[in-house]
Amino acid sequence: MCRLAMKTASEPFSPFSVLQAMEAMQEGYDGSGLGLLLRGLSFADYNHNPGDPILSGIAHTEEALGRLDLFMNSQGFELKFDFEFKVKKAMIEAKDRHKYILRVYRQPAAWKDFSQERIEHELLMTRLALRKDGEAHGNDLTAFSLWPEVAMIKEVGWPLEIGIALGLDSGRIESRICMAQGRQNTNYGINLYACHPFFIQGIATMTNGENTAFTPIRDWLSGRAFPGYIGYQSDSEVFAHILHYVTRQLRLPLEAYKHVITPLKNEELARHPQGDFLRGLRDACRRLIIDGPNAVIGTLSDETSLLVMDAKKLRPATVGGKPGEWAIASEMCGVDAMIPDRDRAKDFQPMREHTVIIPPDRQELQIWSQFDRFPVPQAA
Amino acid sequence: MVSVRSISSTPSSLTHNDLPWVIEHNEERCTLCGRCASVCPVGTLKLAYMRKRMPRLVLASSERGSSYKTFVGIRQNTEVGKRCIGCGSCAMVCPNEAIHPVHNANDRFRFQNTQHGEPAKRGGRRNVPGASLLDRIIFDRISMLTDPALDAGRHEFSCNTLLGRVLPPEEYVRRKLAGEWIPPVREIFPFIIGSMSFGALSPNMWLGLLQGVAYCNEVLGIPVVMATGEGGCPPWVLKSPFLKYIILQIASGYFGWDEIIRAIPEMQCDPAAIEIKYGQGAKPGDGGLLMWYKVSKLIARLRGVPEGVDLPSPPVHQTLYSIEESVMKMIQTMSMAWNFRVPVYPKISGSTSAKSVLNNLVRNPYASALLIDGIDGGTGAAYNISMDATGHPIASNVRECYLDLCAQGKQNEIPIFAAGGIGKNGNVTQNGMALIMLGASGVHMGKYIMQAAAGCLGSEQNRCNVCNLGLCPKGITSQNPKLYRRLDPDQVAQRVADTFMAIRTEIKKVMAPLGRSQSLPIGMSDALGIEDRDVAERLNIRYIC
Ligand code: SF4
Ligand code: SF4
Repeated sequence: MCRLAMKTASEPFSPFSVLQAMEAMQEGYDGSGLGLLLRGLSFADYNHNPGDPILSGIAHTEEALGRLDLFMNSQGFELKFDFEFKVKKAMIEAKDRHKYILRVYRQPAAWKDFSQERIEHELLMTRLALRKDGEAHGNDLTAFSLWPEVAMIKEVGWPLEIGIALGLDSGRIESRICMAQGRQNTNYGINLYACHPFFIQGIATMTNGENTAFTPIRDWLSGRAFPGYIGYQSDSEVFAHILHYVTRQLRLPLEAYKHVITPLKNEELARHPQGDFLRGLRDACRRLIIDGPNAVIGTLSDETSLLVMDAKKLRPATVGGKPGEWAIASEMCGVDAMIPDRDRAKDFQPMREHTVIIPPDRQELQIWSQFDRFPVPQAA
Repeated sequence: MVSVRSISSTPSSLTHNDLPWVIEHNEERCTLCGRCASVCPVGTLKLAYMRKRMPRLVLASSERGSSYKTFVGIRQNTEVGKRCIGCGSCAMVCPNEAIHPVHNANDRFRFQNTQHGEPAKRGGRRNVPGASLLDRIIFDRISMLTDPALDAGRHEFSCNTLLGRVLPPEEYVRRKLAGEWIPPVREIFPFIIGSMSFGALSPNMWLGLLQGVAYCNEVLGIPVVMATGEGGCPPWVLKSPFLKYIILQIASGYFGWDEIIRAIPEMQCDPAAIEIKYGQGAKPGDGGLLMWYKVSKLIARLRGVPEGVDLPSPPVHQTLYSIEESVMKMIQTMSMAWNFRVPVYPKISGSTSAKSVLNNLVRNPYASALLIDGIDGGTGAAYNISMDATGHPIASNVRECYLDLCAQGKQNEIPIFAAGGIGKNGNVTQNGMALIMLGASGVHMGKYIMQAAAGCLGSEQNRCNVCNLGLCPKGITSQNPKLYRRLDPDQVAQRVADTFMAIRTEIKKVMAPLGRSQSLPIGMSDALGIEDRDVAERLNIRYIC
């Protein structure tokens, strides 16, 4: 079972503190790997421009690194900063890690006049091209993300040890958001891409549980002719893609995500102020209904965080914190470890109808119920 | 040796051992009540006085050597037209268990069933005994890795499906915000009572089904719908609130549509959907056929025809220049008749060309679904050769169509419904759920409902199957009041309710271990396995052994 921990704070903090929190939740998880997403970065050695794209991944061989450099150059990316991990190689289980990549680029000059949307599309296509290149060369190159303010690490092993092995305890890198998950996809053959969090165009999610409706959802997303809807080495990757689809393709507010993955029942829709719209939305997005006990934790480009439960509510998750600093974890002890000095009485465990949203200002939690109206102006 | 002429032997002479069903009669138990002979629908049984010699060795010359005894026995008529059909009605009425039919796999009857140049015809089923392909598919993706198993009895399950054209989400949101037309969509139970016409079915059967369907909807909360088949719908139903549970079928004979169109202004609600029949799995290339025996006064009035004439529908619709044109015109016309509030979809027979019809529908914004009826589908009347050897099995047809839709990303837009052999060996839920996981949005079942709800005697060994002749011993497919009064509509309704309650529970029993409860697992092919490598490859599911 996966253990999930996420912290968001107005002041950057070390990802290592989140890894320590995961130790508190170690009972019951196999600690077979680590997936880490940092957002809102600050480097001790470099002051980056918040708009510059950051590439995260692994070059498994020197040759792959060479191809990566060549490709990025050919696309017009200019390397501005290369974060060198101080790697303790002996502590890393896998032996084919030539270089962990965390690099800040200047976006190609040719993109100068591109719309924001076009730039975001180009970033996606660049990441996919790198991934494809790696796959074409025996998986010697892994590209997790290419996006401003986002860094990702995925590795096999005990989370805290990976953190130490990569020197995350040194304080050289900090972030305002850290999402961490402590398991490789041990149900199937290990594939780094199969490890949570999943990332697409600024949107990231991680989930515990099993999504039994995976195959029909994957089949539907794959049919969208959207280049980023690929992968699916894990049944949880679709949660990220659905969030992307709802907010970026359908351009619906964040609250609609809940209505898509866990729609209300007929009798509930009959009483809902936007029941008519929602019923049609449920029909149109029927193939995106998830099934399984899941708690989905997500973050967006603007540093909004969210927590959504599945409709069966068979997985726990707790959110707690104080203005400026919030934590979400699959176990309450995880929240304790991340933010010990909070008012625990205000902790919240969402039920099946809830979406917890922590807005970018991090002043308070928004607990939104699916039974409430949500902002689609003319829709109802 | 006796002379040839002294025994009757024509090419079509049969002995009772040549017949597909042989009567076993136990004289010891027979009470001579005569009920068997009077109930026999084909009149094959004769109670006859027979005489037998009782030889006796007598030495005294004053007495005769042998005496004779008369007894009453059963004779089985061996004429082709009066052969026993194995219905078992005799066994059912016999107070003493003295009589029953026995199946004879070695019959010679099949070679003679072409008298007067008329090829063999029957009603009912395809008669392929043994496990069907659908029976062999199992659900093997049991969710135990990380999940607590679901409890079929305790958790809530959402088992319904959608009938109707569903817009792509982007288009839905756009139209909804712009206040434009959204195609009608019905939420229904995925097991549908397939089209059996008022005409093929007796009035009591029809009434019983409708009562049962209404009970399922209004009391049990199971939104079952039933399709009429060609031949219209009784006027009182058209003007009743029950119409919403009914899919009205229009077929190439357009029987009953005068009544329907005239009733539109008086309808209290819209029908569930309109089904345009282009083909039928049991007899592709043939139109419907109601044989004259069944065209009673009531049926004649409903269909607007004279009494007692054969009612064959043409194989094609009169408007048919091309299927594209016809489908487009008819779908549009029917949609317009109800002001675009009722889903309209075509029914075709399973065929290698199903995919091209489907792709046509994809481009027609008014097409609501596609129903494919496979070769194992039943019928009220058809030539044996059509039923046995013409058509396409349903599983691979549905699968191909579904995967084709997936490749276009349109699998949620046009639901595919499957029919033909669902539950033919009794495994109705298993068969239906297998088709659903292969990609069908729901299934239609006809024979199963007749068997489960009305006690139809048909079996895959050509038992009974005289639905075409109006002789139905159970009163299911007869217009003869003497026969159909045997069927109590209330009891049929009760059985309809029993059947759907059982199916609903079984659906949950299938979904729970797969970890599914939030939506019907349409296209969840990762849950399917079959012990046959070739089938697994063809259907793109897992091979297991
Ligand atoms: S089984 Fe049916 S057809 Fe055969 S003798 Fe008995 S009643 Fe007649
Ligand atoms: S019982 Fe009636 S419906 Fe069933 S096979 Fe016989 S004739 Fe047909």
